Amino acid sequence: MRLLEGEKVTKNFGGLTAVHNVDFDINQGEIVGLIGPNGAGKTTLFNLISGALPATGGEIRYKDERITSLKPNKICKKGIARTFQLIKLFANMKVFENVFLASLFGVSTETNKSNAKKESEELLEFVGLSAVKTTAAKDLTLANQKRLEVARALATRPELLLLDELMAGLNPTEVAQAMELVTRIRDKGITVFMIEHVMKAIMSVCNRIMVLDHGVKIAEGTPGEITTNKKVIEVYLGED
Amino acid sequence: MGGIYALIAVGLSLQYGVGRVLNISHGEFIMIGAFATFSLYTVFGISPLVSLVICGPVLFIIGFLIHRTLFQYLRGTSESEGAFADSSLLASFGLLFIIQNIALIIWKADIRGYSYLDSSVSIFGALFSANRLVALLFAVGISLAFYLFLTRARLGKAIRAAAEDPGTAQVMGVNIHRVLAICFGLGALMAGFAGVLISMMYEMQPTMGLEYTIIAIIVVVLGGLGSITGSLIGGFILGLIGSIVTYFDAGLSLIAYYVIFILLLLVRPTGIFGK
Amino acid sequence: MDRVKVISNRFFLPGLLLFILILLTTMPLFVQPYVVILLTTIIMYIILTLSWSIFSGPTRYISLASAAFFGVGVYVSAMLGQVLPLPVVIAVGGLVSLMLALFIGLLTLRLRGMYFIIFTFGVSELIRHFLLWWETNFTGTVGRWVVAVDHTTVYYVMLIIFMMALLAAYLVRRSKFGLALQSIGEYEEAAVHIGINVTILKTLTFALSAFFMGAAGAIMATRWTYIDPQIAFNPLFSFMPVLMAIFGGIGQLYGPVLGATIFALLEEVLTTEFPYYYMLLFGIILIAVILFLPGGLVGLIQRWRRGGLEG
Repeated sequence: MRLLEGEKVTKNFGGLTAVHNVDFDINQGEIVGLIGPNGAGKTTLFNLISGALPATGGEIRYKDERITSLKPNKICKKGIARTFQLIKLFANMKVFENVFLASLFGVSTETNKSNAKKESEELLEFVGLSAVKTTAAKDLTLANQKRLEVARALATRPELLLLDELMAGLNPTEVAQAMELVTRIRDKGITVFMIEHVMKAIMSVCNRIMVLDHGVKIAEGTPGEITTNKKVIEVYLGED
Repeated sequence: MGGIYALIAVGLSLQYGVGRVLNISHGEFIMIGAFATFSLYTVFGISPLVSLVICGPVLFIIGFLIHRTLFQYLRGTSESEGAFADSSLLASFGLLFIIQNIALIIWKADIRGYSYLDSSVSIFGALFSANRLVALLFAVGISLAFYLFLTRARLGKAIRAAAEDPGTAQVMGVNIHRVLAICFGLGALMAGFAGVLISMMYEMQPTMGLEYTIIAIIVVVLGGLGSITGSLIGGFILGLIGSIVTYFDAGLSLIAYYVIFILLLLVRPTGIFGK
Repeated sequence: MDRVKVISNRFFLPGLLLFILILLTTMPLFVQPYVVILLTTIIMYIILTLSWSIFSGPTRYISLASAAFFGVGVYVSAMLGQVLPLPVVIAVGGLVSLMLALFIGLLTLRLRGMYFIIFTFGVSELIRHFLLWWETNFTGTVGRWVVAVDHTTVYYVMLIIFMMALLAAYLVRRSKFGLALQSIGEYEEAAVHIGINVTILKTLTFALSAFFMGAAGAIMATRWTYIDPQIAFNPLFSFMPVLMAIFGGIGQLYGPVLGATIFALLEEVLTTEFPYYYMLLFGIILIAVILFLPGGLVGLIQRWRRGGLEG
């Protein structure tokens, strides 16, 4: 089933076009990757989907419903959650509270406190943060902070999860753990759309990959197709 | 009047645009400038124009020192840009109380004034009072001098660089800490100049500072936070508007400023030249 | 240590609170009128500071509109005091302030940080100057007379408003909205993304805090009997709550209360003994707190507590 669909999505900042006429679609159960050189407009696209920024043109549909101009909190309630490239945790609040809050507000306005509590604990278990649940978010290691962002996003019970450079700054062991986490998330029934620079991870985990350069989609296909795509290689000349 | 507003605003803009300190006590420096001039004139008979040369540097040094000690310490201990903005704002609150109180102690709470160059001068058939003309001349003169300083002098360019991008500027060899402190000092300097000029034309009270601070903020927002030239121009614009409104009803001028301000914040918070 | 045991006891705090409340309620019966009047002023400051911290504490949006809300209450009281009974006047005062806050809240949706602070201050000043201009040009006289109410009644009304504000602050804090407000202060963008309707939450909380300020203003007006825009919308009423809250510390509920109490007492003492020096002292205290005591008194007490338990 087509979960997310974007048609001619465009974003202009004054004179600068960050995203130009991008079409995309995400199907349920997939793990779709989004790659491209720095400044290609990937995070901007995520911002457009999550409602953080208004689109200048085009349309985004979620389950056939227009979500292009909705506020982020409404989009979250519809079932799309995200993590951020630059960690945006509630730094001075405890790990547990970060997730708990998302659990209380992310699903519906009638969430029961004790249910939320239970769910939060389960999620912390799921990502591996149970041991540090009373630590302040700002005191966590980078890897744990990323785990927390994921847990918080998952607490809103999304059907689609947008991951923005989850693996940035992680060492190889942590990258492997992150890859495994993404797979487990998919196994839980959540569709994943992820921006990544760590090629090894993207290639092994994703069903499909989209490539963006200077705001324009230049390629799309399976990992195998992408690695042999001339245009992509050109754009990434010198990179892995 | 626009000239004066421009001066004040440029001073504040320097402090905020570069140093990221919203100095609520800015107006108090103006007040000090005004009162110091008053005292110098009535007690020692020193002409206000000469006071410009005295008060300016003194206030500069005071401002520089305050930044060096207070604000730099805060900057070092703040965990984020936002936290620094908040704590520096509150600190400047504290400064406001302290400075105003010191002034109250020294000069008591009465309204003071003195007359200087009170005669009228006729230009192109219109009557102006000499002191206003002189004030305007100086205001424009100082503004111009400062503008040249910013664009030509090495230090001026350093300041602009620091305003644009502190990180890169530092890498390029600019001593950020010193530049920030200098900016703050310059801000105080401007306030002092403005105070001297104001004292020539109007009466003064130790509580006059806040009103000017607000006007300065309005001008800075009008011209665009972070743009120093914007503040210059904004000052003149606001002064012009003020004069027009005063022509109809003096009590409305401040209200007009506020309305402009509020509209500005809602419609175009970045101001005319804003970043 | 016995001291530590007593303070850590679960019943100590509520017990102390109850004791203080009973004491305050029965105060007027055995104490001089002067003390009652002093207490009224202190409680007024507590209400302002506490209300301010309901919104500005967790969200870190420093509002300088307190004078506007308070002043509106004062003016409502002046205008309606002769026509309506006291409780209605108080309620209306609170409600008008609340509506003003809703109005401001909706307008400032897009404003963050510095802009918000300046805007709220601008609103206060705008109202003040506008009323001044209006009264000068249209009503002929500046200022109004207010129906006077005896000081004991004023005291009790203020006390009731205080208890309501305290209750409201407590309930908000403990609820999920309290946590949500905190998250807005921590990282607003993230808060929106987890489903929190930041706009509505901010506006409603802001309005709630304004309500109490307006009510307090409405009753205080009857104590002053004569008011004008300068008195009602005195910028000091915007600055002082901030000062007191920072001094007391916004980490815990009792912080603003404690800070306001001490400051109000200080002000009372200083304005009579050293009328020319109290501003100076406040300024120095403020800077000292910012530099050395970022958590305010609350921070200090927490450190002491932790030290005591370990010792």
